[in-house]
Amino acid sequence: MQNPMEQFTIRPILMGSRPMMHTHVGHHEFYFTNQAMWMCIVVGVASLFLTLAVARPQLVPGRMQSVAELAYEFVANMIRQAAGEDGMIFFPFVFTVFVFVLFSNFFGLIPGSFTVTSQIAVTFALACLVILTVIVTGFVVHGLGFLKLFVPHAPWYLLILLVPIELISFATRPISLSVRLFANMLAGHTMLKVFASFVIALGGATAVYLKLMSIAPMLLIVAITALELLVAFLQAYVFAILTCIYLNEALHLHEQH
Amino acid sequence: MELAAAKMIGAGLACIALVGAGIGIGNVFGSYLSGALRNPGAAASQYTNMLLGFALCEATGLFGLLIALIILFAF
Repeated sequence: MQNPMEQFTIRPILMGSRPMMHTHVGHHEFYFTNQAMWMCIVVGVASLFLTLAVARPQLVPGRMQSVAELAYEFVANMIRQAAGEDGMIFFPFVFTVFVFVLFSNFFGLIPGSFTVTSQIAVTFALACLVILTVIVTGFVVHGLGFLKLFVPHAPWYLLILLVPIELISFATRPISLSVRLFANMLAGHTMLKVFASFVIALGGATAVYLKLMSIAPMLLIVAITALELLVAFLQAYVFAILTCIYLNEALHLHEQH
Repeated sequence: MELAAAKMIGAGLACIALVGAGIGIGNVFGSYLSGALRNPGAAASQYTNMLLGFALCEATGLFGLLIALIILFAF
């Protein structure tokens, strides 16, 4: 069986026999890898699509413009629901994160492509960006009062227990946020490759009935790909809405908006 | 040799995390359905909360997968 994890290896893009855009700073080598290339493609396609979609806006939107407006309304509603009207100052940030994760997840489903979000380095960097935004927002809006986030309304003897719990839960947020996205993508794509290797193993068998049985895992791959499309959207949605929920806490502390 | 075998066993044991994730996901959808059938009017507004609960639940199972991967590849 082929190694199903091989699809996640990062390798430099070769130009002829030499790696492309190869530089080194000190003892560190820098390459233009397939990971970087797919990130560029994702960002390029997403920006190009959204720019072209609203390049000539019309009162009655065409197909492209409808999709762009749908995406805008979707994210805007999400922020209004989770963080209130004053959360809308974060619309550009949340929309960018949502579109980037969504496009990376969908591009990863193209056979032969590379899933950017299946790298923990990428998702953890995104999650750190989110948490840093939350911390900076909290201190800018509330000053040192932001620290009240870690002190819930409770009698003092419970606070001894609750404050460390709140601190730990806040500190683990970047980890859970990044691992959720990364592990979902990794598990889904590994599963697809494992089932694909079943097709090859059965198809290569000598007995005819075994060859015919290879149709079963093939059909399963189709079904799993459909499921993965749902997961790709769902994970982008969850990433964005958790960003909104965290921003809401930074903006409003414990009170409801 | 024993280390390799222990790694395999450990990675397999990490998959027990799926028990909890399975129970959790079943609970999320089951509770949503029973709630939605009792009060269909409020069902649509809670749909996003249900999806959020599903994703949070599923993630706990995937943390188990992560442990398995760390055992297999990081040590």
